[in-house]
Amino acid sequence: MLIKLVDHIDLNEAYAHLNSPDAGAVNLFVGTVRNQTKGKEVLRLDFEAYDAMALRQMEHVASLAMQKWPLAKVAVIHAVGAKEPGTPVVVVGVSSAHRDASFEACRFLIDELKKTVPIWKKEYFEDNSVWVNAHP
Amino acid sequence: MNILLFGITRDITGHSKLTVPANAGVSTVKELKSWLGQQYPAMQTLSSLAVAVDSEYAEDDDAIHAGQEIALIPPVSGG
Repeated sequence: MLIKLVDHIDLNEAYAHLNSPDAGAVNLFVGTVRNQTKGKEVLRLDFEAYDAMALRQMEHVASLAMQKWPLAKVAVIHAVGAKEPGTPVVVVGVSSAHRDASFEACRFLIDELKKTVPIWKKEYFEDNSVWVNAHP
Repeated sequence: MNILLFGITRDITGHSKLTVPANAGVSTVKELKSWLGQQYPAMQTLSSLAVAVDSEYAEDDDAIHAGQEIALIPPVSGG
């Protein structure tokens, strides 16, 4: 398992970790900063993590995925700090013998990460800033 | 008892760390949440507020004490 918090996402590093001669499928999901939210232009995002707990929870979701699907390798990497639109901020990826498991496991990893991993995102607009999901 | 704060809970309190006084009567997660709600009414407007003890999510009935690393986990939004 490759589990990391980083300043900059390196997609090649994730792919290099996942690629394996016994795996016929490598699947990577890359989450990037979108330039708008509900029609308002986003200038940048700030990501803040509770580092020690975030790494534990990232490891936890990776272990759950390995229990549920026959995976060769798993990578979960998240960026922290200020990020501009178009920048990759999260990568989850797996390798497996066949493609079905790899698609399903990737979907699971990103969904669980967004639910349980203590990383917070603040959106900066022209006129204000807001913590995402903080209010109903 | 020291509490670590992240995201919007840091904006609400203006601090990245809070100290709960020993005489505040806080010995469970539930009591901590209720103390916070009294001190900082804006905490009650959050869509959720979890508490982590030593880097694991804790339940309302879990006991907490000063020797642990206790953190407030407002709604997460990574990815």
